[in-house]
Order: sequence, then structure tokens, then C-alpha cells
Amino acid sequence: MDLVIEARDLRKTYKMGEIEVHALRGVSFTIERGEVVAIMGPSGSGKSTMMNTLGCLDRPTSGEYILDGESVAEMTDDQLASVRNRKVGFVFQSFNLLSRLTALGNVELPLRYAGITEGRRDRAKAALEAVGLSDRMTHRPYELSGGQQQRVAVARALVNNPAIIMADEPTGNLDSKVGKEIMNLLLRLNKERGTTLIIVTHDPKIAEQTGRIIRLRDGELDLSEEEGTK
Amino acid sequence: MTITQAIIEALESLNGNKMRSGLTVLGIVIGVAAVIAMLAVGNGAQESITGSISSIGTNLLFVFSGSPDGPPGSGPGSGRSGNNDRPLTLGDADAISDPFAAPSVELVAPVIQGSGILAFAGENTTTTISGVTPTYFPVRNMELAEGEPINEEHILGRMSVVVLGPETAIALFGHADGIVGETIRIEGQPFRVIGVLVAKGGGAFGSEDDSAYIPFTTAQARLIKRSARDEVDVIFIQAVTAEAVPQAAEEVSNIIRSRHRTPIGYDDFTVFTQQDFLSTFETITGVLTIFLGGIAGISLLVGGIGIMNIMLVSVTERTREIGLRKALGARKRDILLQFLTESSLLSLIGGIIGILFGWFIAFVVGRVAIATGNNFVPVVGTDAILLSTSFSAVIGLFFGIYPASRAANLEPVEALRYE
Repeated sequence: MDLVIEARDLRKTYKMGEIEVHALRGVSFTIERGEVVAIMGPSGSGKSTMMNTLGCLDRPTSGEYILDGESVAEMTDDQLASVRNRKVGFVFQSFNLLSRLTALGNVELPLRYAGITEGRRDRAKAALEAVGLSDRMTHRPYELSGGQQQRVAVARALVNNPAIIMADEPTGNLDSKVGKEIMNLLLRLNKERGTTLIIVTHDPKIAEQTGRIIRLRDGELDLSEEEGTK
Repeated sequence: MTITQAIIEALESLNGNKMRSGLTVLGIVIGVAAVIAMLAVGNGAQESITGSISSIGTNLLFVFSGSPDGPPGSGPGSGRSGNNDRPLTLGDADAISDPFAAPSVELVAPVIQGSGILAFAGENTTTTISGVTPTYFPVRNMELAEGEPINEEHILGRMSVVVLGPETAIALFGHADGIVGETIRIEGQPFRVIGVLVAKGGGAFGSEDDSAYIPFTTAQARLIKRSARDEVDVIFIQAVTAEAVPQAAEEVSNIIRSRHRTPIGYDDFTVFTQQDFLSTFETITGVLTIFLGGIAGISLLVGGIGIMNIMLVSVTERTREIGLRKALGARKRDILLQFLTESSLLSLIGGIIGILFGWFIAFVVGRVAIATGNNFVPVVGTDAILLSTSFSAVIGLFFGIYPASRAANLEPVEALRYE
């Protein structure tokens, strides 16, 4: 069994003034390399906290999290930045492209922070080709449709060959037809490249296309429907 | 991220907000230009003043009668009576001329001064009349435009001859050339013009171009009466070199002290050197320059605050961008570098334009000065350029650090959530 994610007893506590909010109350699970997993749950269930923790944007208050063989829970900010850069690709609901940069420039960004200069342009071009945007490379985000922008974001997520792609409501800002295209793209890349795909969503139609659904409720795993339908 | 990439990105980002970047740069431009121009004007004033003092002659010393503590009866040392003060005399001047007693002294020129009315063909002018010896002209660096200076023969013969300053000549004759041989009247007595001086411009004692010089003995006998015999008003002394001036001052003081038998610690005369004048004026213009530069520096500071302000706005506006960059793997120092590069570029560009602009202002000021007849050239020094460049770079860094560190320390989760 090749585990890409190992989470053990993850807890996250926020302090809101005097009140302590327990966003995660001891969550343990594993994800195998190449899996497609949906994380679901109503708002306030700890879904966002889970995504931030798995994406190494934030550290758990306690517990252990091993991502692709590296123990992340105790890392410094800069070490986390490096792990995000090498092992995690993000796809956001609102695309989050930099409007000043061209599609190519946006895709190059993670490579820049990785300190890669040689072959950077070629790798970015290859990533854009993989998402079917080879003819839009020099366009800026405002010259692209929503679906095209999200494709750029997907290209940006996979350009560093990450261990996992974290997609946070990737179709939330798109109409259903374009949303389906993006889902198909993500699933195809998963099949072709074997990149683990984790989709945070509240849309059951999206979730049912994944191999497994991790449900959260009140900061704990909801074990009543562990398995996905596919 | 390398520096080159950071600079390219910063330029792209500044270019994306042209109006805002331009106005921010303008603040620095005005500050740097003001510093450059003000320092240039200050330095120019200094050079112009020290230059005109130097034209008197850097080896020069003056000896006046009277204590340096002011007239007796007032100020420090006033307990002593000034009645025993002895005037300077020709004897003092002769003693100073002794090369064994005062080896650092080259030339000595005793002078008595008064004022009188000069007249020629119905034209009148009142001016300073100095009774001088032949040594006076070399000591004072004075050259004749035409004619000859006062010589030993004129002194011995108590001759009625006069050397005129160019302004005085113009006042009497309407022109300063071709007047040697004319006879003018000084206080009603006829004097033959034997020479006219070269114009020197304003000096430390007002214009020396407006004056008349007659033989010492003639003045003593016929024009300027003094109570004591052989009394002189000022003794001008030329030291052998500029370096020997302090030594010469010491020798001169000792000679006059022993001749006047002054009490210890009290001199009835004052020795003043060229260096004293220079240092006094350099202090004054130095303060002036610092004052001007300081005022200009304040505007540079205000420009820096402008940078800080705009960078803070920019950080807030780009919170999501910062969050995204962090999600993509930007470390703290990447973000810090990015924003510091932007603020430094703002101040650097402002600094460069400001130097050119300040140079231009200094140039215009110089042109206006020349056009209005003032001999005044603003000097843009390398020090001023280095100072304002480094100062504006420091300002860019200093006022950029706070916004940049605020950006660098944003939590990626919070920043991504920011609307």
C-alpha cells in the first residue's frame, strides 16, 4: 500500500476571543497514491480546515500528518511553503490567477518559487498543452472565459508534478457544462499521471464521480457513508 | 526567486498602476531635486564667498589698534583702563619688517585711512583715501590697469600723486582708461593721477574698486591728521606662505607686545588673519547649506511617507495575491523581496529623475544669477548626488520594510480568504 496521505488524530482549535472553537476533533484517515477522494460536509463541519491542513496551508494544533513521506505537523512556515511548492497543487473556486501575468506567466509561478530557471517556459507550455490551452498561452486572465481560466489554474497546479492536487469547489464558479469539462479534465489527468486528486465540495454530483468520499460532521469523520458510489 | 525576476515582476506591477506609481515617484523626485538644488545653491554661495575672500590674498594678516576684547571699558578685561593703549606706528611696521625678528613675514604695508572729496572738471565723489607705501599693492594683490604704482620716490618727495580705483575713476571721468596724467583735486589740493587699478569686485571690506591711494607721507602731512606722530590705522602683512600665517601672527604679536610694553594677557592691538575670515564665512555658509538641505530633506521624508502609504494600500489590495503566492510556495523572504523591490524601485526611479531635475534647477538658478549680474555658480557636488541617492534608497527600504513585512507575515489561509 503506497500511502500519500496519513492523517492521525488531527485536531485544530481556533481561539475566537475567549471561546475555543474545535474545528477538527481528532480525525484519522489515509489516502493512497493515485486515489480520487472527495471531502464533503455541511458548512461548519471543518471542511475548510481539513483542506487547509491537507494542503499544508496551516498546521494542525495536534496530531500527525504525513504527506508523501514528510511529517508536516511540526514544520516552520518556510518549510511548509517548500512542501506546498513541491507536493501540492491547488485549484480554487475563484481561479485565483494573477491578472497582470499571461496564462504562461501564471503557470510558471510555482516553478519560479521552486527556483527553476532552466526549461521553465517549456514545462509551463507542456502543462498548458495538457489542459488543452496551447493556443491561449499569451492571453491574460481577463481575455479568457471562466472555463479557460480554471484550465490555466489546473495547469498551474500540475506544473510542479505534485503528489496531490487539492481542488476547492473547482466547478463552483462555472456553469454545469463547463464544470463537467473541468471535472473530466481533472479525472483524466488523474488517470494519465496518477496524481492523487482531493476535491473539497458540497455538490453530491461532483462527489459521486470520485472513488471515495470522506464526510465530515462537527469536526469528526462521519462514518455512516464512508464509501463513494463509484 | 532571483533579484532579476523580482525586479521584472516589480516593474510589471508598478506599470500596472501607472498613475499611482507616477505620483509616488513624484514625491521622491521633488524631495531629491530639492536636496540637490539646495545643496548646489549652498555650495555655490560658499565657493563664491570664499573665492572673493581668497582674492584678497591668502597670505594676508591685518593688525588693528585696540584690544580683541573690544574697546576698553566694555566687555571682558574692562577692569583695565584703555588709556594706556598705544596706537600702531610706523615704528611698529618697521620692527615687523625686520627679517630676523619676524622671519615668517614677507612684506609689511602700513596704512592710514580717511575719507575725502575728489573732484575733476565739476564732477565730485566722496571716497576712502588711503595713505600707502609701495609695498601696499603687492601685499593686497592689486594690479594696475594702466600707469604705475606709488614708489619710494613719491614717498620721499611727499608727492601729490594718486592711484585711483576703477570705480572712482569712472565716477570722475566717466571711463577708467586713458586718464593717467590728468590732475584731480582731493580736498581742494591738486593731485596727479599716476595709475588706475584693475577691477576686483566686492571684497570683505566693501568694494576696493572705489578708493584712492596716495603716498603715505603725503597723506600724513597734508590730508589725514593723526594725534600721535607716525600713527597708522592698519598694518597689512604678507606672510611668506599661506602655511606660515599662524607663525607670522605669533611673531607680529610678540614684536608689538614688547614694543608697546603691554601687560601680560592684555593686547592693545588685534591681529586678524585671512584664515579667520575664511573660517567665519565657511561656518556661516555651512550652516546655511545644512539649513537649506535640511528643509529639502524634509520634503524627501514626506516623499518616503508617500511610498509607505502607497505600499500599505498595495499590500492590502493584494492580500489575495499574497495568499495565492504563498499557496504556490512563496516563502516569507520571497514576498518580502517582492515588496521591498517595488518600494526601492519607486524611490530609485524618483531619485534618478530627481537628480536630473535638481541639476536642471541648479543650472537655471546659475543662469538667472549670471543674467542678473551676480557671479554665482551653483555647484552640484558628487557628495550631494551620493547623499541624495543613498538617502532615497534608504528611504525606499525603510518605508518599504513595514508594508513588506506585513505582507510577508500574512497567514496564507487568512490571505486567501480575504475579499
